[in-house]
Amino acid sequence: MRTMKPYIAVLRLRLLNGMQYRAAALAGVATQFFWGFIYIMIFQAFYAQASSNQPISLEELVTYLWLQQSFLAFIMLWFRDNELFDLITTGNIAYELCRPIGIYEYWFSKLLAQRLASALLRCFPILLLAFLLPPAYRLMLPPDVKTFLLFCLSLLLGLLVLVAISMFIYISVFITLSPMGSLLVFGVVGEFFAGMVVPIPLMPEWLQQIVYLLPFRLTADFPFRVYSGNIPNGEAVEGIFIQLAWLFVLAFLGKIALQKAMKKIIVQGG
Amino acid sequence: MIKVEGINKSFKVAKRTTGLAAGLKALIHREHKIVHALNDVSFTINPGEIVGYIGPNGAGKSTTIKVMSGILVPDSGSCEIMGYTPWMDRVEYVKNIGVVFGQRSQLWWDVPVIDSFALLKDIYQVPDTEYNDTLSLLIETLELKDILHSPVRQLSLGQRMRCEIAASLIHNPQILFLDEPTIGLDAVSKIAVRNFIKKINKQKNVTVILTTHDMFDIEALCDRVILIGKGSLLYDGNLQELRSRFGSHRTITLDYKSSTSPIQIPGTTPISWTEERAIISVDTTIVSVSEVIMKLSHSLDLVDISVTSQPIEDIIVQLYKEYEI
Repeated sequence: MRTMKPYIAVLRLRLLNGMQYRAAALAGVATQFFWGFIYIMIFQAFYAQASSNQPISLEELVTYLWLQQSFLAFIMLWFRDNELFDLITTGNIAYELCRPIGIYEYWFSKLLAQRLASALLRCFPILLLAFLLPPAYRLMLPPDVKTFLLFCLSLLLGLLVLVAISMFIYISVFITLSPMGSLLVFGVVGEFFAGMVVPIPLMPEWLQQIVYLLPFRLTADFPFRVYSGNIPNGEAVEGIFIQLAWLFVLAFLGKIALQKAMKKIIVQGG
Repeated sequence: MIKVEGINKSFKVAKRTTGLAAGLKALIHREHKIVHALNDVSFTINPGEIVGYIGPNGAGKSTTIKVMSGILVPDSGSCEIMGYTPWMDRVEYVKNIGVVFGQRSQLWWDVPVIDSFALLKDIYQVPDTEYNDTLSLLIETLELKDILHSPVRQLSLGQRMRCEIAASLIHNPQILFLDEPTIGLDAVSKIAVRNFIKKINKQKNVTVILTTHDMFDIEALCDRVILIGKGSLLYDGNLQELRSRFGSHRTITLDYKSSTSPIQIPGTTPISWTEERAIISVDTTIVSVSEVIMKLSHSLDLVDISVTSQPIEDIIVQLYKEYEI
Protein backbone atom coordinates (compact mmCIF):
# COMPACT_ATOMS: atom_id res chain seq x y z
CA MET A 1 0.00 0.00 0.00
CA ARG A 2 2.93 2.25 0.78
CA THR A 3 4.01 2.26 -2.83
CA MET A 4 0.55 3.42 -3.88
CA LYS A 5 0.65 6.51 -1.69
CA PRO A 6 2.21 8.95 -4.19
CA TYR A 7 -0.25 7.96 -6.88
CA ILE A 8 -3.24 8.31 -4.59
CA ALA A 9 -1.93 11.70 -3.48
CA VAL A 10 -1.70 12.96 -7.03
CA LEU A 11 -5.11 11.52 -7.82
CA ARG A 12 -6.61 13.36 -4.86
CA LEU A 13 -5.00 16.70 -5.62
CA ARG A 14 -5.96 16.46 -9.26
CA LEU A 15 -9.51 15.56 -8.35
CA LEU A 16 -9.85 18.53 -6.02
CA ASN A 17 -8.25 20.75 -8.62
CA GLY A 18 -10.53 19.53 -11.37
CA MET A 19 -13.69 20.02 -9.30
CA GLN A 20 -13.03 23.76 -9.27
CA TYR A 21 -14.23 24.25 -12.80
CA ARG A 22 -17.93 24.49 -12.12
CA ALA A 23 -18.84 26.92 -14.88
CA ALA A 24 -17.22 24.65 -17.45
CA ALA A 25 -19.16 21.74 -16.03
CA LEU A 26 -22.44 23.62 -16.24
CA ALA A 27 -21.78 24.51 -19.86
CA GLY A 28 -20.87 20.88 -20.44
CA VAL A 29 -24.13 19.68 -18.94
CA ALA A 30 -26.13 21.98 -21.22
CA THR A 31 -24.20 20.89 -24.30
CA GLN A 32 -24.49 17.21 -23.54
CA PHE A 33 -28.18 17.58 -22.91
CA PHE A 34 -28.63 19.24 -26.25
CA TRP A 35 -26.65 16.54 -28.06
CA GLY A 36 -28.57 13.84 -26.27
CA PHE A 37 -31.84 15.17 -27.68
CA ILE A 38 -30.49 15.52 -31.17
CA TYR A 39 -29.18 11.96 -31.23
CA ILE A 40 -32.42 10.58 -29.86
CA MET A 41 -34.45 12.44 -32.49
CA ILE A 42 -32.19 11.18 -35.28
CA PHE A 43 -32.57 7.59 -34.18
CA GLN A 44 -36.30 8.00 -33.63
CA ALA A 45 -36.57 9.01 -37.27
CA PHE A 46 -34.49 6.00 -38.34
CA TYR A 47 -36.54 3.60 -36.27
CA ALA A 48 -39.85 5.03 -37.55
CA GLN A 49 -38.76 4.27 -41.13
CA ALA A 50 -37.16 0.90 -40.45
CA SER A 51 -38.94 -2.05 -42.03
CA SER A 52 -37.23 -4.84 -40.12
CA ASN A 53 -36.69 -5.33 -36.41
CA GLN A 54 -33.55 -3.65 -35.04
CA PRO A 55 -31.07 -5.56 -32.90
CA ILE A 56 -31.47 -3.00 -30.11
CA SER A 57 -34.82 -1.55 -29.01
CA LEU A 58 -35.42 2.19 -29.11
CA GLU A 59 -35.77 2.36 -25.31
CA GLU A 60 -32.44 0.64 -24.92
CA LEU A 61 -30.92 2.96 -27.46
CA VAL A 62 -32.24 6.07 -25.71
CA THR A 63 -30.68 4.82 -22.48
CA TYR A 64 -27.47 4.07 -24.35
CA LEU A 65 -27.37 7.64 -25.69
CA TRP A 66 -28.08 9.29 -22.35
CA LEU A 67 -25.37 7.27 -20.67
CA GLN A 68 -23.01 8.29 -23.45
CA GLN A 69 -23.74 11.93 -22.78
CA SER A 70 -23.56 11.63 -18.99
CA PHE A 71 -20.25 9.81 -18.93
CA LEU A 72 -18.68 11.63 -21.83
CA ALA A 73 -15.55 12.28 -19.79
CA PHE A 74 -15.19 8.54 -19.25
CA ILE A 75 -15.37 7.57 -22.87
CA MET A 76 -14.08 10.35 -25.10
CA LEU A 77 -10.52 9.99 -26.28
CA TRP A 78 -10.27 13.62 -27.30
CA PHE A 79 -10.90 14.63 -23.71
CA ARG A 80 -7.32 15.63 -23.11
CA ASP A 81 -4.94 16.81 -20.49
CA ASN A 82 -3.16 19.77 -22.01
CA GLU A 83 -0.82 19.95 -19.08
CA LEU A 84 0.67 16.59 -19.98
CA PHE A 85 1.07 17.66 -23.59
CA ASP A 86 2.80 20.81 -22.43
CA LEU A 87 5.08 18.78 -20.20
CA ILE A 88 6.30 16.87 -23.22
CA THR A 89 6.44 19.62 -25.82
CA THR A 90 8.03 22.25 -23.57
CA GLY A 91 10.37 19.93 -21.73
CA ASN A 92 8.86 20.40 -18.30
CA ILE A 93 8.88 16.64 -18.13
CA ALA A 94 12.34 17.12 -16.66
CA TYR A 95 10.73 17.65 -13.28
CA GLU A 96 8.54 14.56 -13.56
CA LEU A 97 11.60 12.49 -14.27
CA CYS A 98 13.41 13.52 -11.15
CA ARG A 99 10.71 12.17 -8.88
CA PRO A 100 11.10 8.75 -7.33
CA ILE A 101 8.01 7.33 -8.99
CA GLY A 102 7.06 5.52 -12.15
CA ILE A 103 6.08 7.96 -14.88
CA TYR A 104 3.50 5.63 -16.37
CA GLU A 105 1.68 5.16 -13.08
CA TYR A 106 2.01 8.85 -12.25
CA TRP A 107 0.46 9.99 -15.51
CA PHE A 108 -2.18 7.30 -15.33
CA SER A 109 -3.26 8.72 -11.96
CA LYS A 110 -3.35 12.23 -13.35
CA LEU A 111 -5.43 11.26 -16.35
CA LEU A 112 -7.77 9.14 -14.28
CA ALA A 113 -8.32 11.96 -11.81
CA GLN A 114 -9.05 14.45 -14.54
CA ARG A 115 -11.72 12.25 -16.08
CA LEU A 116 -13.19 11.36 -12.71
CA ALA A 117 -13.42 15.00 -11.67
CA SER A 118 -15.07 16.01 -14.91
CA ALA A 119 -17.55 13.14 -14.89
CA LEU A 120 -18.46 13.59 -11.23
CA LEU A 121 -19.39 17.20 -11.91
CA ARG A 122 -21.41 16.46 -15.03
CA CYS A 123 -23.03 13.06 -14.84
CA PHE A 124 -25.49 13.59 -11.98
CA PRO A 125 -27.43 16.54 -13.39
CA ILE A 126 -27.71 14.88 -16.79
CA LEU A 127 -28.76 11.54 -15.33
CA LEU A 128 -31.31 13.16 -13.05
CA LEU A 129 -32.88 15.23 -15.81
CA ALA A 130 -32.89 12.29 -18.22
CA PHE A 131 -34.81 10.22 -15.65
CA LEU A 132 -37.50 12.89 -15.46
CA LEU A 133 -38.10 13.33 -19.17
CA PRO A 134 -41.31 12.24 -20.94
CA PRO A 135 -41.32 8.45 -21.65
CA ALA A 136 -40.15 8.67 -25.25
CA TYR A 137 -36.95 10.39 -24.19
CA ARG A 138 -36.57 8.91 -20.75
CA LEU A 139 -33.51 7.16 -19.42
CA MET A 140 -34.80 3.92 -17.98
CA LEU A 141 -33.66 2.27 -14.78
CA PRO A 142 -31.56 -0.88 -15.06
CA PRO A 143 -33.71 -4.04 -14.90
CA ASP A 144 -32.33 -5.16 -11.52
CA VAL A 145 -29.72 -4.46 -8.85
CA LYS A 146 -27.34 -7.10 -10.12
CA THR A 147 -27.33 -5.54 -13.57
CA PHE A 148 -26.70 -2.15 -12.01
CA LEU A 149 -23.71 -3.45 -10.05
CA LEU A 150 -22.30 -5.11 -13.15
CA PHE A 151 -22.77 -1.83 -14.97
CA CYS A 152 -20.85 0.09 -12.30
CA LEU A 153 -18.00 -2.39 -12.39
CA SER A 154 -17.82 -2.47 -16.18
CA LEU A 155 -18.02 1.32 -16.38
CA LEU A 156 -15.09 1.72 -14.00
CA LEU A 157 -13.02 -0.92 -15.74
CA GLY A 158 -13.96 0.69 -19.04
CA LEU A 159 -12.60 3.96 -17.68
CA LEU A 160 -9.30 2.29 -16.77
CA VAL A 161 -9.09 0.71 -20.23
CA LEU A 162 -9.76 4.09 -21.81
CA VAL A 163 -7.04 5.79 -19.78
CA ALA A 164 -4.66 3.00 -20.76
CA ILE A 165 -5.53 3.63 -24.41
CA SER A 166 -5.19 7.38 -24.02
CA MET A 167 -1.71 6.93 -22.55
CA PHE A 168 -0.62 5.94 -26.04
CA ILE A 169 -1.70 9.36 -27.30
CA TYR A 170 0.65 11.00 -24.84
CA ILE A 171 3.45 8.57 -25.58
CA SER A 172 3.10 9.21 -29.31
CA VAL A 173 3.54 12.93 -28.68
CA PHE A 174 7.14 12.18 -27.68
CA ILE A 175 7.72 11.25 -31.30
CA THR A 176 5.38 13.60 -33.14
CA LEU A 177 5.58 16.59 -30.76
CA SER A 178 2.18 17.43 -32.17
CA PRO A 179 -0.65 16.84 -29.70
CA MET A 180 -3.34 17.74 -32.22
CA GLY A 181 -2.20 15.19 -34.77
CA SER A 182 -2.05 12.37 -32.26
CA LEU A 183 -5.37 13.36 -30.77
CA LEU A 184 -7.16 13.45 -34.10
CA VAL A 185 -5.93 10.05 -35.19
CA PHE A 186 -6.70 8.37 -31.88
CA GLY A 187 -9.90 10.31 -31.38
CA VAL A 188 -11.50 9.57 -34.72
CA VAL A 189 -10.47 5.92 -34.91
CA GLY A 190 -11.07 5.20 -31.23
CA GLU A 191 -14.47 6.78 -30.98
CA PHE A 192 -15.76 5.13 -34.10
CA PHE A 193 -14.75 1.70 -32.83
CA ALA A 194 -16.17 2.50 -29.41
CA GLY A 195 -19.60 2.99 -30.92
CA MET A 196 -19.72 6.68 -30.24
CA VAL A 197 -20.70 7.58 -33.80
CA VAL A 198 -22.98 4.68 -34.64
CA PRO A 199 -24.02 2.36 -31.80
CA ILE A 200 -22.32 -0.96 -32.34
CA PRO A 201 -25.51 -3.09 -32.47
CA LEU A 202 -26.57 -1.02 -35.50
CA MET A 203 -23.34 -1.59 -37.37
CA PRO A 204 -23.21 -4.15 -40.23
CA GLU A 205 -22.29 -7.67 -39.20
CA TRP A 206 -18.79 -7.70 -40.72
CA LEU A 207 -17.87 -4.43 -38.99
CA GLN A 208 -19.13 -5.72 -35.67
CA GLN A 209 -16.75 -8.67 -36.06
CA ILE A 210 -13.84 -6.25 -36.26
CA VAL A 211 -15.10 -4.01 -33.50
CA TYR A 212 -15.43 -6.92 -31.07
CA LEU A 213 -11.77 -7.75 -31.57
CA LEU A 214 -10.65 -4.27 -30.50
CA PRO A 215 -10.57 -2.84 -26.99
CA PHE A 216 -12.35 0.42 -27.79
CA ARG A 217 -15.90 -0.89 -27.38
CA LEU A 218 -15.13 -2.03 -23.86
CA THR A 219 -14.93 1.60 -22.74
CA ALA A 220 -18.39 2.75 -23.82
CA ASP A 221 -20.57 0.38 -25.76
CA PHE A 222 -20.11 -2.55 -23.41
CA PRO A 223 -20.98 -0.93 -20.05
CA PHE A 224 -23.96 0.94 -21.54
CA ARG A 225 -25.47 -2.18 -23.00
CA VAL A 226 -24.89 -3.98 -19.71
CA TYR A 227 -26.94 -1.24 -18.05
CA SER A 228 -29.91 -1.55 -20.35
CA GLY A 229 -29.84 -5.33 -20.20
CA ASN A 230 -29.09 -5.58 -23.93
CA ILE A 231 -26.09 -7.65 -22.87
CA PRO A 232 -27.33 -10.33 -20.45
CA ASN A 233 -25.64 -10.68 -17.05
CA GLY A 234 -23.74 -13.85 -17.90
CA GLU A 235 -22.19 -12.27 -20.95
CA ALA A 236 -21.46 -9.16 -18.90
CA VAL A 237 -19.31 -11.11 -16.44
CA GLU A 238 -17.44 -12.58 -19.38
CA GLY A 239 -16.94 -9.10 -20.81
CA ILE A 240 -15.56 -7.86 -17.50
CA PHE A 241 -12.84 -10.49 -17.67
CA ILE A 242 -12.07 -9.39 -21.22
CA GLN A 243 -11.82 -5.81 -19.92
CA LEU A 244 -9.35 -6.93 -17.25
CA ALA A 245 -7.28 -8.80 -19.80
CA TRP A 246 -7.16 -5.80 -22.13
CA LEU A 247 -6.27 -3.51 -19.24
CA PHE A 248 -3.23 -5.64 -18.40
CA VAL A 249 -2.15 -5.94 -22.02
CA LEU A 250 -2.53 -2.20 -22.69
CA ALA A 251 -0.77 -1.16 -19.49
CA PHE A 252 2.04 -3.59 -20.19
CA LEU A 253 2.53 -2.37 -23.76
CA GLY A 254 2.17 1.25 -22.67
CA LYS A 255 4.88 0.88 -20.06
CA ILE A 256 7.25 -0.65 -22.59
CA ALA A 257 6.48 2.05 -25.15
CA LEU A 258 6.97 4.81 -22.59
CA GLN A 259 10.24 3.32 -21.44
CA LYS A 260 11.46 3.23 -25.03
CA ALA A 261 10.38 6.82 -25.60
CA MET A 262 12.14 7.87 -22.39
CA LYS A 263 15.42 6.28 -23.41
CA LYS A 264 15.49 8.40 -26.49
CA ILE A 265 14.05 11.41 -24.80
CA ILE A 266 15.16 14.86 -25.72
CA VAL A 267 14.13 17.38 -23.15
CA GLN A 268 12.89 20.29 -25.21
CA GLY A 269 14.22 23.77 -24.58
CA GLY A 270 17.35 24.36 -22.48
CA MET B 1 30.34 11.81 -4.00
CA ILE B 2 29.91 12.69 -7.66
CA LYS B 3 32.15 11.12 -10.21
CA VAL B 4 31.60 11.88 -13.86
CA GLU B 5 33.87 10.22 -16.37
CA GLY B 6 34.08 10.72 -20.08
CA ILE B 7 30.45 11.63 -20.66
CA ASN B 8 29.43 12.13 -24.28
CA LYS B 9 26.02 13.16 -25.45
CA SER B 10 24.87 14.14 -28.88
CA PHE B 11 21.49 15.02 -30.26
CA LYS B 12 20.19 14.36 -33.71
CA VAL B 13 18.49 17.51 -34.89
CA ALA B 14 16.42 17.82 -38.02
CA LYS B 15 17.72 20.61 -40.18
CA ARG B 16 15.08 23.20 -40.84
CA THR B 17 15.37 25.56 -43.70
CA THR B 18 13.05 28.46 -44.35
CA GLY B 19 10.75 28.81 -47.29
CA LEU B 20 7.91 26.82 -48.72
CA ALA B 21 9.95 24.84 -51.24
CA ALA B 22 12.34 23.69 -48.57
CA GLY B 23 9.41 22.89 -46.32
CA LEU B 24 7.84 20.67 -48.97
CA LYS B 25 11.14 18.97 -49.59
CA ALA B 26 11.42 18.26 -45.88
CA LEU B 27 8.17 16.32 -46.07
CA ILE B 28 9.89 13.73 -48.22
CA HIS B 29 13.44 13.83 -47.07
CA ARG B 30 14.70 15.34 -43.89
CA GLU B 31 18.31 16.15 -43.32
CA HIS B 32 19.71 15.68 -39.88
CA LYS B 33 22.74 17.01 -38.22
CA ILE B 34 24.38 15.75 -35.09
CA VAL B 35 24.92 18.26 -32.33
CA HIS B 36 27.55 17.25 -29.84
CA ALA B 37 26.26 18.60 -26.58
CA LEU B 38 28.93 17.01 -24.40
CA ASN B 39 32.41 15.84 -25.34
CA ASP B 40 34.29 13.68 -22.90
CA VAL B 41 33.32 15.59 -19.77
CA SER B 42 34.89 14.38 -16.52
CA PHE B 43 35.03 15.77 -13.01
CA THR B 44 34.73 14.77 -9.39
CA ILE B 45 32.84 16.63 -6.71
CA ASN B 46 33.24 16.02 -2.99
CA PRO B 47 30.52 16.18 -0.32
CA GLY B 48 29.79 19.67 0.95
CA GLU B 49 31.20 21.53 -2.02
CA ILE B 50 29.45 24.35 -3.83
CA VAL B 51 30.48 24.16 -7.43
CA GLY B 52 29.69 26.78 -10.03
CA TYR B 53 29.13 25.30 -13.42
CA ILE B 54 29.50 28.01 -15.99
CA GLY B 55 29.63 28.44 -19.72
CA PRO B 56 27.94 30.36 -22.50
CA ASN B 57 24.45 29.55 -23.73
CA GLY B 58 24.35 26.16 -25.39
CA ALA B 59 27.61 25.05 -23.83
CA GLY B 60 26.09 21.92 -22.34
CA LYS B 61 25.49 23.04 -18.77
CA SER B 62 21.86 22.02 -18.61
CA THR B 63 22.60 18.81 -20.47
CA THR B 64 25.17 17.89 -17.83
CA ILE B 65 22.71 18.65 -15.06
CA LYS B 66 20.10 16.53 -16.79
CA VAL B 67 22.51 13.64 -17.15
CA MET B 68 23.48 13.94 -13.50
CA SER B 69 19.85 14.04 -12.38
CA GLY B 70 18.95 10.92 -14.33
CA ILE B 71 16.80 12.62 -16.94
CA LEU B 72 18.99 12.09 -19.96
CA VAL B 73 20.93 9.01 -20.91
CA PRO B 74 24.41 9.84 -22.24
CA ASP B 75 25.78 8.14 -25.34
CA SER B 76 28.85 6.95 -23.50
CA GLY B 77 30.80 7.51 -20.33
CA SER B 78 30.06 6.73 -16.73
CA CYS B 79 28.59 8.71 -13.91
CA GLU B 80 28.46 7.54 -10.35
CA ILE B 81 26.68 9.62 -7.78
CA MET B 82 26.34 8.29 -4.23
CA GLY B 83 26.85 4.81 -5.60
CA TYR B 84 24.11 5.10 -8.21
CA THR B 85 24.20 5.49 -11.93
CA PRO B 86 21.52 8.15 -12.31
CA TRP B 87 19.82 6.96 -15.48
CA MET B 88 19.99 3.27 -14.52
CA ASP B 89 18.66 3.52 -10.97
CA ARG B 90 16.52 6.58 -11.58
CA VAL B 91 13.76 5.95 -9.04
CA GLU B 92 16.07 4.95 -6.19
CA TYR B 93 18.61 7.63 -7.00
CA VAL B 94 16.39 10.68 -7.30
CA LYS B 95 15.23 10.30 -3.71
CA ASN B 96 18.62 11.71 -2.75
CA ILE B 97 18.72 14.74 -4.96
CA GLY B 98 16.86 17.99 -5.31
CA VAL B 99 16.68 19.79 -8.63
CA VAL B 100 15.63 23.29 -9.56
CA PHE B 101 15.34 24.26 -13.20
CA GLY B 102 15.12 28.03 -13.10
CA GLN B 103 13.22 28.24 -16.35
CA ARG B 104 10.60 25.68 -15.42
CA SER B 105 8.15 25.19 -12.62
CA GLN B 106 7.51 22.17 -10.47
CA LEU B 107 4.69 23.79 -8.53
CA TRP B 108 1.07 23.34 -9.48
CA TRP B 109 -0.09 26.51 -11.10
CA ASP B 110 -3.64 26.58 -9.74
CA VAL B 111 -3.23 25.28 -6.22
CA PRO B 112 -1.78 26.92 -3.12
CA VAL B 113 1.94 26.43 -2.68
CA ILE B 114 1.42 24.39 0.46
CA ASP B 115 -0.62 21.83 -1.50
CA SER B 116 2.23 21.36 -3.94
CA PHE B 117 4.54 20.82 -0.99
CA ALA B 118 2.14 18.30 0.54
CA LEU B 119 2.04 16.40 -2.74
CA LEU B 120 5.83 16.30 -2.85
CA LYS B 121 5.80 15.03 0.71
CA ASP B 122 3.63 12.12 -0.42
CA ILE B 123 5.62 11.51 -3.56
CA TYR B 124 8.87 11.31 -1.63
CA GLN B 125 7.11 9.60 1.27
CA VAL B 126 8.59 11.95 3.85
CA PRO B 127 7.49 11.10 7.41
CA ASP B 128 5.23 13.69 9.07
CA THR B 129 7.65 14.87 11.75
CA GLU B 130 10.52 15.24 9.31
CA TYR B 131 8.26 17.11 6.91
CA ASN B 132 7.11 19.54 9.58
CA ASP B 133 10.68 20.24 10.70
CA THR B 134 11.93 20.81 7.18
CA LEU B 135 8.94 22.91 6.29
CA SER B 136 9.26 25.22 9.27
CA LEU B 137 12.95 25.68 8.52
CA LEU B 138 12.19 26.48 4.90
CA ILE B 139 9.37 28.85 5.80
CA GLU B 140 11.63 30.71 8.16
CA THR B 141 14.75 30.99 6.03
CA LEU B 142 13.05 31.62 2.72
CA GLU B 143 10.34 33.85 4.23
CA LEU B 144 7.49 31.89 2.80
CA LYS B 145 4.95 32.43 5.53
CA ASP B 146 2.80 34.98 3.73
CA ILE B 147 2.79 33.28 0.36
CA LEU B 148 2.32 29.68 1.41
CA HIS B 149 -1.43 29.74 0.93
CA SER B 150 -1.51 31.65 -2.34
CA PRO B 151 -1.89 29.83 -5.63
CA VAL B 152 1.31 29.88 -7.65
CA ARG B 153 -0.25 31.96 -10.42
CA GLN B 154 -0.54 34.89 -8.01
CA LEU B 155 3.12 34.89 -7.01
CA SER B 156 5.83 37.14 -8.35
CA LEU B 157 8.83 35.52 -10.00
CA GLY B 158 10.99 36.06 -6.94
CA GLN B 159 8.39 34.57 -4.62
CA ARG B 160 7.88 31.68 -6.96
CA MET B 161 11.57 30.95 -7.19
CA ARG B 162 11.86 30.85 -3.42
CA CYS B 163 9.02 28.35 -3.40
CA GLU B 164 10.67 26.32 -6.16
CA ILE B 165 13.84 26.06 -4.15
CA ALA B 166 11.88 25.11 -1.05
CA ALA B 167 10.02 22.47 -3.07
CA SER B 168 13.27 20.86 -4.14
CA LEU B 169 14.35 20.52 -0.51
CA ILE B 170 11.19 19.02 1.01
CA HIS B 171 12.77 15.57 1.09
CA ASN B 172 16.09 16.71 2.55
CA PRO B 173 18.29 15.81 -0.40
CA GLN B 174 22.04 15.51 0.00
CA ILE B 175 22.75 16.96 -3.40
CA LEU B 176 21.10 20.01 -4.87
CA PHE B 177 21.28 20.78 -8.57
CA LEU B 178 20.39 24.36 -9.35
CA ASP B 179 20.04 25.20 -13.01
CA GLU B 180 19.97 28.99 -13.18
CA PRO B 181 18.17 29.56 -9.89
CA THR B 182 18.54 33.33 -10.03
CA ILE B 183 17.36 33.86 -13.59
CA GLY B 184 15.16 36.92 -13.86
CA LEU B 185 15.30 37.79 -10.17
CA ASP B 186 15.82 41.28 -8.79
CA ALA B 187 18.81 42.10 -6.61
CA VAL B 188 17.01 41.54 -3.32
CA SER B 189 15.65 38.16 -4.29
CA LYS B 190 19.01 37.13 -5.68
CA ILE B 191 20.69 37.91 -2.41
CA ALA B 192 18.02 36.03 -0.49
CA VAL B 193 18.49 32.98 -2.69
CA ARG B 194 22.27 33.15 -2.39
CA ASN B 195 22.17 33.44 1.37
CA PHE B 196 19.87 30.51 1.57
CA ILE B 197 22.09 28.33 -0.60
CA LYS B 198 25.04 29.20 1.61
CA LYS B 199 23.05 28.42 4.69
CA ILE B 200 21.85 24.96 3.75
CA ASN B 201 25.33 24.15 2.52
CA LYS B 202 26.80 25.10 5.91
CA GLN B 203 24.07 23.69 8.13
CA LYS B 204 23.12 20.51 6.35
CA ASN B 205 26.29 19.96 4.36
CA VAL B 206 24.29 19.79 1.15
CA THR B 207 26.44 19.51 -1.94
CA VAL B 208 25.39 22.18 -4.42
CA ILE B 209 25.99 22.27 -8.16
CA LEU B 210 24.91 25.54 -9.61
CA THR B 211 24.74 26.82 -13.16
CA THR B 212 24.32 30.51 -13.72
CA HIS B 213 25.10 33.40 -15.99
CA ASP B 214 25.28 35.77 -13.06
CA MET B 215 28.92 36.02 -12.10
CA PHE B 216 28.01 37.59 -8.78
CA ASP B 217 26.32 34.32 -7.88
CA ILE B 218 29.58 32.56 -8.57
CA GLU B 219 31.63 35.10 -6.65
CA ALA B 220 29.30 35.00 -3.67
CA LEU B 221 28.89 31.24 -3.48
CA CYS B 222 31.45 29.12 -5.20
CA ASP B 223 34.98 28.30 -4.26
CA ARG B 224 35.27 26.11 -7.26
CA VAL B 225 34.17 26.70 -10.81
CA ILE B 226 33.93 24.33 -13.71
CA LEU B 227 33.90 26.04 -17.07
CA ILE B 228 32.42 24.35 -20.07
CA GLY B 229 32.21 25.54 -23.65
CA LYS B 230 30.88 23.80 -26.74
CA GLY B 231 30.48 20.64 -24.75
CA SER B 232 34.08 20.40 -23.52
CA LEU B 233 35.50 21.02 -20.09
CA LEU B 234 37.77 24.05 -20.21
CA TYR B 235 38.67 24.87 -16.66
CA ASP B 236 38.19 23.22 -13.30
CA GLY B 237 39.62 24.93 -10.27
CA ASN B 238 39.13 27.72 -7.78
CA LEU B 239 38.05 31.21 -8.58
CA GLN B 240 41.18 32.99 -7.35
CA GLU B 241 43.38 31.00 -9.67
CA LEU B 242 41.10 31.79 -12.55
CA ARG B 243 41.40 35.44 -11.68
CA SER B 244 45.17 35.46 -11.33
CA ARG B 245 45.58 33.56 -14.56
CA PHE B 246 43.33 35.69 -16.63
CA GLY B 247 42.57 38.74 -14.53
CA SER B 248 45.67 40.75 -15.30
CA HIS B 249 43.62 43.62 -16.67
CA ARG B 250 42.28 46.60 -14.77
CA THR B 251 39.69 49.02 -15.99
CA ILE B 252 40.12 52.73 -15.32
CA THR B 253 37.18 55.09 -15.69
CA LEU B 254 38.11 58.74 -16.02
CA ASP B 255 36.11 61.95 -15.90
CA TYR B 256 37.93 65.05 -16.97
CA LYS B 257 37.46 68.61 -18.14
CA SER B 258 36.98 68.50 -21.86
CA SER B 259 39.88 67.27 -23.87
CA THR B 260 40.09 66.57 -27.56
CA SER B 261 43.12 64.33 -27.71
CA PRO B 262 42.50 60.63 -27.23
CA ILE B 263 44.49 58.79 -24.60
CA GLN B 264 47.47 56.91 -25.90
CA ILE B 265 49.62 55.16 -23.32
CA PRO B 266 51.50 51.95 -24.14
CA GLY B 267 49.93 48.93 -22.47
CA THR B 268 46.45 50.42 -22.39
CA THR B 269 43.56 50.04 -24.76
CA PRO B 270 40.66 52.45 -24.86
CA ILE B 271 37.24 50.88 -24.32
CA SER B 272 35.25 54.07 -24.82
CA TRP B 273 36.13 57.69 -25.25
CA THR B 274 34.25 61.01 -25.26
CA GLU B 275 35.45 64.52 -24.67
CA GLU B 276 34.61 64.29 -20.97
CA ARG B 277 34.86 60.64 -20.12
CA ALA B 278 37.00 57.69 -21.05
CA ILE B 279 37.26 54.09 -20.03
CA ILE B 280 40.54 52.34 -20.63
CA SER B 281 41.78 48.87 -20.03
CA VAL B 282 45.25 48.42 -18.56
CA ASP B 283 47.35 45.34 -19.08
CA THR B 284 49.24 45.19 -15.78
CA THR B 285 51.84 42.86 -17.20
CA ILE B 286 53.04 45.71 -19.41
CA VAL B 287 52.37 48.82 -17.39
CA SER B 288 51.34 49.36 -13.75
CA VAL B 289 48.14 51.12 -12.83
CA SER B 290 49.91 53.83 -10.85
CA GLU B 291 52.12 54.65 -13.79
CA VAL B 292 49.10 55.05 -16.01
CA ILE B 293 47.35 57.32 -13.53
CA MET B 294 50.45 59.43 -13.20
CA LYS B 295 50.70 59.90 -16.93
CA LEU B 296 47.01 60.67 -17.14
CA SER B 297 47.14 63.32 -14.46
CA HIS B 298 49.87 65.09 -16.41
CA SER B 299 48.00 65.21 -19.65
CA LEU B 300 44.42 65.67 -18.41
CA ASP B 301 42.53 67.84 -15.98
CA LEU B 302 41.01 64.93 -14.03
CA VAL B 303 37.70 65.31 -12.21
CA ASP B 304 37.17 61.74 -11.08
CA ILE B 305 38.92 58.45 -11.45
CA SER B 306 38.04 54.91 -10.51
CA VAL B 307 39.89 51.65 -10.94
CA THR B 308 38.13 48.32 -11.04
CA SER B 309 39.62 44.92 -11.36
CA GLN B 310 38.35 42.93 -14.23
CA PRO B 311 34.87 41.61 -13.61
CA ILE B 312 34.60 37.86 -13.81
CA GLU B 313 32.43 38.18 -16.91
CA ASP B 314 35.34 39.64 -18.81
CA ILE B 315 37.56 36.85 -17.65
CA ILE B 316 35.07 34.40 -19.00
CA VAL B 317 34.85 36.23 -22.31
CA GLN B 318 38.62 36.18 -22.46
CA LEU B 319 38.65 32.49 -21.67
CA TYR B 320 36.19 31.86 -24.45
CA LYS B 321 38.47 33.68 -26.83
CA GLU B 322 41.46 31.77 -25.64
CA TYR B 323 39.76 28.44 -26.16
CA GLU B 324 38.16 29.67 -29.33
CA ILE B 325 34.60 28.85 -28.38
